[in-house]
Amino acid sequence: MSTDVRSETMPRRLPRNLPGPTGIGGSLLVLLVVGWLLTNLAKTPGDFFQILLFGLSLGAVYALVALGYTLVYGILELINFAHGDLFMFGGTVSAVFILEVFQLGSQERWYVLWPSVAACVVIAMAVCGVLNALIEMVAYRPLRNAPRLAPLITAVGMSFILQDVVLGWRGPNYITVPSVLPRSDVFNVGSVEYRWDELIVLLVTVPLLLALVYLVQRTKQGKAMRATAQDREAAAMMGINVNRTISFTFLVAGALAGAGGLIYVLWQTQVRFDSGFRLGLISFTAAVLGGIGNLPGAVLGATVIGLIQAFNEGLSWSAPGGDWTQSIVFSILILILVFRPEGLLGEKTPEGQ
Amino acid sequence: MSGAALSPSDRLRAAGSAWRRLPALRRLKLIVGLLAAIAIPLGFVDTSLGIAIAAVAALYGLSKLPQRPKLVAQVALIVAFAYPEPSLAAILAVFFGVFHLPAHLRRFALPGVALAAAIAYPFFLDKLFTIPLLGEFPSVNTGVAMVVFIMMAVGLNVVVGYAGLLDLGYVAFYAFGAYTTAWLASLQFSQVKLHIGSVGITHSLPGLHLSIWLIIPIAGVITALAGVIIGLPTLRLRGDYLAIVTLGFGEILPQVARNGADLSGFNLTNGPNGITPIDAPGFGHTLHRITGGVLPVDFLSDPSGQNMYFWTALGLLVVTIFACFRLRDSRLGRAWIAIREDEIAAAAMGIPLMRTKTWAYASGAFFGGVSGAFYASFKSAAFPGDFYFNISIFILSMVILGGMGNIWGVIVGAALLSYLDREGLANIGAWINLHFHASIDVPPYESGIFGLIIILVMLFRPEGLIPSRRRRAELHEGS
Repeated sequence: MSTDVRSETMPRRLPRNLPGPTGIGGSLLVLLVVGWLLTNLAKTPGDFFQILLFGLSLGAVYALVALGYTLVYGILELINFAHGDLFMFGGTVSAVFILEVFQLGSQERWYVLWPSVAACVVIAMAVCGVLNALIEMVAYRPLRNAPRLAPLITAVGMSFILQDVVLGWRGPNYITVPSVLPRSDVFNVGSVEYRWDELIVLLVTVPLLLALVYLVQRTKQGKAMRATAQDREAAAMMGINVNRTISFTFLVAGALAGAGGLIYVLWQTQVRFDSGFRLGLISFTAAVLGGIGNLPGAVLGATVIGLIQAFNEGLSWSAPGGDWTQSIVFSILILILVFRPEGLLGEKTPEGQ
Repeated sequence: MSGAALSPSDRLRAAGSAWRRLPALRRLKLIVGLLAAIAIPLGFVDTSLGIAIAAVAALYGLSKLPQRPKLVAQVALIVAFAYPEPSLAAILAVFFGVFHLPAHLRRFALPGVALAAAIAYPFFLDKLFTIPLLGEFPSVNTGVAMVVFIMMAVGLNVVVGYAGLLDLGYVAFYAFGAYTTAWLASLQFSQVKLHIGSVGITHSLPGLHLSIWLIIPIAGVITALAGVIIGLPTLRLRGDYLAIVTLGFGEILPQVARNGADLSGFNLTNGPNGITPIDAPGFGHTLHRITGGVLPVDFLSDPSGQNMYFWTALGLLVVTIFACFRLRDSRLGRAWIAIREDEIAAAAMGIPLMRTKTWAYASGAFFGGVSGAFYASFKSAAFPGDFYFNISIFILSMVILGGMGNIWGVIVGAALLSYLDREGLANIGAWINLHFHASIDVPPYESGIFGLIIILVMLFRPEGLIPSRRRRAELHEGS
């Protein structure tokens, strides 16, 4: 079809305010979802708000992983397939530290618990950050001038290797840690119950996100990252050490994944060698939904996906249920990629046909 | 621009080019010496393995000799092996013989001999020698699986190797073919009763029972249609996004298969239990009688049924390979390669991008569907587990290892990896445990091993074991 080529180069003639079939279909879909949510809200308001709060915490964990995808994609245009498994690796490392080094129990005193958790955060972030930077050096950097698909393929390989490292290290079963976080209620209004562990997830995640924004927007290193993402060659000419900047980006992305892994383990109390794969894909969907390469977009997308998952699994009135979560999330991914590849917040890219 | 320190990859590349600058004889001596150095210590662990590596070194050295001494040395090698391992000597004799043919004959002789050996394989299997480290030659059952995987790899090669579209959900097509067979030749839809050429079952059984020979092309066509339906909206996307979308489909379909036992009351897939049993292929009573019992009524109840499955698979594989060669050289195939090399230039030359890519997808899906359909009938079952993402990557590693775009390479890669998957890894594990008194269970680490293979191949030999000349030029132009 010759129109394929033309539509890339020629400006769109139609006025933008005329909705196309995509717009109408999308709006209908959104209306349908909103209607479903409102019906549920009317039927069981208590459940609805409780699930909403749960979804926010879930979205926060997804956001940490999604930001890693977005950071790396922004700078290298590489879908870092191994990122989800890095998250899992962070979770496993934290679980091992919780179990075997700090030996935390479920009723730990606060002056034991919090320093240990803080130490775990630091350790998980450091381990995963360094590991991610190493992976970049070994598996992606030599292929920087190779065809685009080459590093994606090595990333897939890396993902399998990480899984098998954990499989060899801790075996095929779930590693279960005691629920060290306090599970008592923050508040309990009507039938809406909000527990401390859900709040703590947010309390750890939000500062990390703010720190990342500060790092990218305000520091010199962040400036270098943005410059490299915009144009690698021009950045190099301006005296930016591109390789070091890319390594640093992978370090940051890995650290976020490590923190995500730790929080996930503390909250869900279990992790396994294959936990990262699916969660990574879901987070990637979140990053795409928000507009890949766009940091606030990743957080927004992750929140939306977290809420969708929570609502789907928690609501009682005609929800498809947990069996279908994956299908729903990936359908969203496909729909977004096909109809709005730039995502919710992203700008038009050459990708967007 | 990376400052003074050389990165490891740069250093490696420098070492590689220094290696290529060495004189040929020097390189040869080094390689043979290295192999010998590996062979001698290993010989103390396992004598036959040491001998095998030494023999490989000798073979490699021989291949670089001038014509006349090569012939003498080869004859000597055959004679040397004639007594302890007559089967090995015979293989070597055929192998050397083929390479002494003139080039224009060799082109046909090599595949011809390979095919003849494959067809006769069930007959001489038990006379073959034991491979050091790997153990026995694969059984006929493994052979069927290997041929099916080769077929899938050749099909995926159309999508990945020719058209350059990374498909991370290829297993979906395979599983779709498997489920098509399961629907059309089992008790799954017992609400209806339809028998068309079914063999080996009583005619009063409910459900759809079509002849497998009929189902295989039907499954291929249905899967190709599924490929078009998946492809049409998604093929507009650029490479890596397409990969993710195919992966997404590859994750949605197994969930549908798992949850499909009760789709608003309708049992489509029988959920996690899968659909089993599935009818076996066969030739029916009439043909059985006419041929005097050579062609079995159905493969399942026949004593030589395994061999029949194997030969059927070989037949399908030959058709697949032939079709892929013809496709590659056709106008369509050349258009695929043009798109792979430069999409914009191809479009500028008037190649319709969407239609051409969709055809690549449909062709790849067709072969995936055919192999899935056949394999389901062989296993007599279709499970949601058939959709596992690992299988997609497994098939992709075959294509990458063998050499994207080169059918012979893909065949070698697929044969090697599927053998490792079925028997090889377990045997290697057993060997390690026996000789080093360890207790490692190797097969669970299969995907990691394949991941490592993918990475190593992409880093050090991106064109694969047996590269296509064009692909090699493409991959090396950038660096």
